[in-house]
Formats: sequence, structure tokens, C-alpha cells
Amino acid sequence: MATTTTTQGSEVQGHGAHADHGHAGHGRELQHHFETAQQQKEAATLGMWVFLVTELMLFGGIFMAYTVYRWAFPDIWAEAAHHLNTPLGALNTVVLLVSSLTVALAVNAAEEGRKQRLIRLLGVTMVLGVAFLGIKGYEYSEKFAHCAGYETPIAWATSGAPLGETECLVPGRAFVFPAAHGEAAADAHHEVTPGQSSPYQLFYLLYFIATGLHAVHMLIGLSIVGMLTFMAARGVFTSVYSTPVEIGGLYWHLIDIIWVFLFPLFYLVH
Amino acid sequence: MATTALPSRGYLEDDTPTVWAWIKSWLFTVDHKRIAILYLLAINFYFLLGGLAASVVRIELITPQGDLLSSDLYNRAFTLHGIIMVFFFLIPGIPAVLGNFLIPLMVGARDMAFPRLNLFSWYLYMIGGLFALSAAVFGGVDTGWTFYTPFSSTYSNSNVILTIAGAFVMGFSSIATGVNFIVTTHTMRAPGLTWFRLPLFVWSSYATSLIIVLATPVVGITLLLVAIERIWGVGIFDPALGGDPLLFQHLFWFYSHPAVYIMILPGFGVISELISTFSRKRIFGYEFIAFSSMAIAIIGFLVWGHHMFVSGQSVYSGLVFSFITMLVAIPSAIKVFNWTATLYKGSISYRTPMLYALGFIGLFVIGGLTGIFLGVVAIDIHVTDTYFVVAHFHYVMVGGTIMAYLGGIHFWWPKMTGRMYNEVWGGISALIIFVGFNMTFFPQFVLGYMGMPRRYHVYPQEFQVLHVLSSAGSTVLAIGFIIPLIYLTLSLWKGKLAGDNPWDATGLEWTVSSPPPAHNFDEIPVVTTEAYAYPPEAAERDAAAWRPGSPL
Repeated sequence: MATTTTTQGSEVQGHGAHADHGHAGHGRELQHHFETAQQQKEAATLGMWVFLVTELMLFGGIFMAYTVYRWAFPDIWAEAAHHLNTPLGALNTVVLLVSSLTVALAVNAAEEGRKQRLIRLLGVTMVLGVAFLGIKGYEYSEKFAHCAGYETPIAWATSGAPLGETECLVPGRAFVFPAAHGEAAADAHHEVTPGQSSPYQLFYLLYFIATGLHAVHMLIGLSIVGMLTFMAARGVFTSVYSTPVEIGGLYWHLIDIIWVFLFPLFYLVH
Repeated sequence: MATTALPSRGYLEDDTPTVWAWIKSWLFTVDHKRIAILYLLAINFYFLLGGLAASVVRIELITPQGDLLSSDLYNRAFTLHGIIMVFFFLIPGIPAVLGNFLIPLMVGARDMAFPRLNLFSWYLYMIGGLFALSAAVFGGVDTGWTFYTPFSSTYSNSNVILTIAGAFVMGFSSIATGVNFIVTTHTMRAPGLTWFRLPLFVWSSYATSLIIVLATPVVGITLLLVAIERIWGVGIFDPALGGDPLLFQHLFWFYSHPAVYIMILPGFGVISELISTFSRKRIFGYEFIAFSSMAIAIIGFLVWGHHMFVSGQSVYSGLVFSFITMLVAIPSAIKVFNWTATLYKGSISYRTPMLYALGFIGLFVIGGLTGIFLGVVAIDIHVTDTYFVVAHFHYVMVGGTIMAYLGGIHFWWPKMTGRMYNEVWGGISALIIFVGFNMTFFPQFVLGYMGMPRRYHVYPQEFQVLHVLSSAGSTVLAIGFIIPLIYLTLSLWKGKLAGDNPWDATGLEWTVSSPPPAHNFDEIPVVTTEAYAYPPEAAERDAAAWRPGSPL
């Protein structure tokens, strides 16, 4: 085996190939270890799909906990859902679904090589993503305001109107076992005072964890779309090379699909 | 074949002008071979650390009374041992070192599908390791490696969150490696390298990766929930606050039982390579070995309940889990039978890797069979939480995974470094490890059967003989682990040049120079033969050519 001779060719670049990925001989966007652009695209897409599976398994743990505790405390679960702001949740669902549409259109625009349209659509997606987080943030602050004894976050900030009927749904140190209040669950909200716990806190713990983790993913998704917008503005994407937009879009759709499950499970199923 | 000088530009070589540039060329490398070396160094460090903790445990157990450690310190010592060994040695061990190094070479690719993700996984591993280390430095953690609630929530005042953060971050490092392996195997195979021409190491790594990507996120979210419970005092697993500790055990074992197969499956792959090469024969029943890896990966997801026979799950689920556990024995036995059938009429040479492979088969059979004992509900209830369980999983984890890891390191050492290790010392240390291992862990079967519970630092007088035997064995074992460290290191300078294919083995990794060039293949190879294409008469020819002292 002619080891000493065969290695010469590639070794002209030697270490330099480590540093600049050795793009000699093919397009800038094809990484050196792939043979064809087709292979690179397949790898990137498959990699994203496998990653999405891991994400589903990550949320799967929370869905499992939800199922177990819903099974254990069906009455409390049915009651607790009424205390969520369903109109805002529904609005958020619409916002997210529209953002998925704009992402899909953006992928299409990238494939057609229409740069301005791509940037515009990615921009709209980011606006919708931020809007989702804003509405979610308002819902969260509403729950915290109720704990502090105010009707709305604005009332809380301005020391405005206090809450007529007090309820605190933010889980914390003063956690109460739903079963311990099983018989009192129906009229539990008459007992509790501001800052104290309610029997629904197991439900709200899962609500905050699930939607919080979802929001973290939304932040990651926003930074990905932001990066894609930046790359698009730099003219990286052409009609032959738009894989990052495509796999970034896949990630965005994952965020969407998880919400599509979270929304009915927490808001709608009574 | 016999090269007289190292190839001019292997992946290990640099033309960096300064030391800092040299360090950077390693820390920012995207070369899968260099990343494997980075992993090798880090993982061996953690192995030694975990071994140190084990030594402390074994020293304490020489006498029946607790004279070296308090019960609290003892808890922290075995927890450190467990966490370091499981999360930072056994799970990443073979995939991150041998898998990273070999899979692109074996499938005929220039690198992993995602080289930068590969480097990122190493950094995640290091960050996770630092979390775990700092937890140990700041006083340790006393929950056991399983983090069972409420030991880890209500009743622990140790560094649970730091340790959990370590395991959590390390999990993402595993996931990155798993994603890379799956995509590389699917999309980066050389022309002509069909699925059934892949080396069995690739098959087993693929099966391992499937487990990693499906199971690891679940333990991630579970550990996150434990951390949230501790930080905010909420009650997701705490029955006093409405939670259910059994939910933790279900979620934890949903990962951690498949994780056992993450540890052992890559070992199966290594052993298949070794047995075939050192018998000079095609592997017997290639497809069966390949599919048995997949079967283990799939069935492995359905047996977690056998860790919970005494946790209060229903009799019926106990029965079902017991039955499915038995099923795992089938693919495992298929592998062992196929290996022994490969040996049959082979030209067997007892080089160091082969000694490890044969040791593996013997010890894995004992570990596997005692696993069947434990899968039977009645016996499991009798020996639950005794040294019988400890001995069983050490036979699989140490007797299996570590033997395969060391066998693989020796087998591919000439490819990784271009130099041969010292064969005499290699053989001696393999035998020392085998003897020391059995001396350490066989008495523990007896101890457990007699009723010695695990995780106690004091014990009745009558167990002392067996405990002393076990501790003495662990000293032998430690010596066996230190010898390779010395001669392998020395071989980097003193070892004789290996040449491209010192074992006369098949496989694409042996067609490139040793050490391989930075981009593996100048021309992507075209594969036209099946794996292990030793000619039918290879064994006979080898046997005829044998002379006393000849290498093969």
C-alpha cells in the first residue's frame, strides 16, 4: 500500500484544510467532507428530523406527567382549566399558526431565490414570534398579579383595583396536595387568601413548566430565524442552496406543533 | 505493507509555529479523529477518578465497622463512583472514543456528517464533567447515581442540582453524538457500501444512537423536574405535595434501562470485529448479529419496570416486565453463539485484543445469565438491593463494556497512533484484569445471596472474608488498569511502527495509512465486498504458516 505517496495530494493544504475547511474545487456552500450538494442537504435534513424526535421525547416526559396526574386528579384538572385565559391562548394559537404559514412561504421564497420576499417573510415570522411571547408573558403576569391580589398586571404595577375574589395559581413553596383538598376542591377558591396556595397548583406547575420550556424553544427559534434573516440579507441563499432556511423552518414548525398539543391539553380539555 | 516511516502528514501532525497555535489546532479541531483523541483523554481521566472513588469504597469495606468513612461520606463516595462511571465513562466511552474515530473511516467518509456538532458535543461533555466535578469538590452528593426522589429532593442537603446539571448537559453531548452517528451512517456511506456490507461495529453504534436520541431527552426532562422541585419547593415527585415518586422512577428507568444498552451495545460491535479478525474467518451469521443489535435496542425500551419490582407496581405489570426482560436474552444469546461459532475452526491468535474479547464473552455470559435470575420476580425480590445486583451489573458493565473498550483501544491503537503497544505487557495486563475482576466481583454474588445489602458501610462480622477477598481483587484490578496506561503511553515514543494493517484485518479503516491522513480518503473508496471478507482458506493458511513466536 503506497501510503507515503497517496497522502501527498491532499497534504499540500495540510493543516490549512483544518482551518478553512478547504473549499477548493467546489462551491463555497458545500462543506469539504461531503461529496455532493445533494448528500449535504440530505444529511442536514435528516439531522434536523432526528433532533426533532429528541425534542418530542423531551416534551414527552411532561406529557407523561400530565397524563399521570390528570388520571389521578380528574376533577381538579377539569376545574383548573377554567382559570386559564382561554381567549388569549386561542389568540396565541392563531398567531403561531400564521407564523408557521409565513415560515413555509419563506422556505418557498428561498427555494425560488426571491431574496426580498424571503427577508420580508422571515421578518413577519419574527414579529409573530415576539407577539406570541408577549401575549404569553401577559398571561403569566396575570397569574402573578392574582397572587399579589390584583385584577390585572397593570393594576398591580399602578396599585390599582384589587382582585375581588382572590386566587393564587403560581406554584411555589406553599404547595398544596390536591387530594388533601379533594372534597374542598369545589369551593377551594373561597378559602385561599392572597399569596397562598390553591388546590390547582399541580396543574399550574405543569402548565408553567410546559409553556415555559416551550417559550425557551421559542426564544431559540427566534434567534435561529434572526440568523437566517441576517444570512439572507448577506445573500447567502440562492435558488440552489437554501437548506438552512428549510431546516430552520422545520424547527419553527416543531415549536408550533408542540403548542398545538399544549393548548387543548391545558386550556380546552375540561 | 511494511512502511519504514510514518506517513508524512497524519492527522496528528501539525505545522503550527507556536505552542498556543498547537493547542488551538486541537481545541478548535473539527476532525473526528482529533475529537476522538480529546474524548479519549477526558474519558480516561474520569475513569481514573471513578476508579479512585471505588477504591475508597473498597478500602472502607475491608473491616466490618466504619473506620475510614462516616456513613454520610460513604454515601458520597459510592455516589461519586456511580455518577462518574455511568455518565462520564460508560455511556460516552466506546461511542465517543472508538465510534468517533472509526465510524467515518469504516463507512468511507471524510468526516462525520456534522463535524462542528461533534466538537460541540465534546465541549458539552467537558462542561457537564466540570459541573459534576465541582459538585464533588464542594462536598459531594449523597443520592446514589439514580437520584431517586425523595433522596434527591426532600432528604438531601448535598449538591444535587450541580450534579444534575452535569448529567443533564452530558446528556445533550450524548444526543449530539447520537444524531451524528445516525446521519453519518445514513448519508455518508461510500459507494457500494450497502447496509449489509457495513462492519458490525457500525451496526451496533447505529442501534446505540437510536437509543441515545430516543431515551436521553426523557432523563433530561426528568432531571430538570427534580431540579425545579428542589429550587422552587414544588411537589411534582413529592407525595407530601401531591407528586408521585413512582413517576420519577418510571421516567428515570425509561432512560436508564436503555442506557445500559447504550453502554454494552457498542461493546458488542467491538467484540464482533475482534473475534472475526483474530479467528481469520468471516463472522458467523452477520445478519443475525446486526439485527440482534436492533432487537436489543427495541426490546430495551420495554423492560424498565424490572427495576421497580419492589417499588409497588402491580403484580401484573411485574409479570409483563419480567417476561419482556427474558426476551432480551434471545438477541444477546444469538450474539454469543455467533461469536463462538466464528471461533470454531478459526485460526485463533491470542493477541491482547483477542484476550479481552474472549474475557468479554465469558464475563458477559455470567453477567447476562444472572440478569435472567434478576428478571424473575421471585428471585429479584429475594436479592433486591443486595450485592447480588451489584455483582450482576458489574459483570456486564466492567466485564463487558470495559473489556470491550480496552480490547478496542488495543486493536485500533496502531491505527490511532501509528505505533504498536508492547504485546507482552498487553497480554499480562489483560490476564491480570480478568483475574482481578473475577476476584473482586464473584465474591459479591455470594455476599448478595447471603443477604449483604448494598450501600452500607458497616456489615456483620461473617461477611468479612468475602469483603476482604473482594477488596484484594479490586487492588489486582487497579494494577491491571494502570499497566496499560503506562505501556500505551510509552508506545507513543518507543512502540515500533505499525504499518497500515498490522492485523491483516478487513475494513476500510485499515486501507488508509496509520495514523490516517487528516481527510481520511483522498479518493472516496468504492466497496465491492462484504464485511469480514476473509477468504475461506485464510484460517488454514494462517495455521500452516504459524511458527512459535510468530505474531499471528
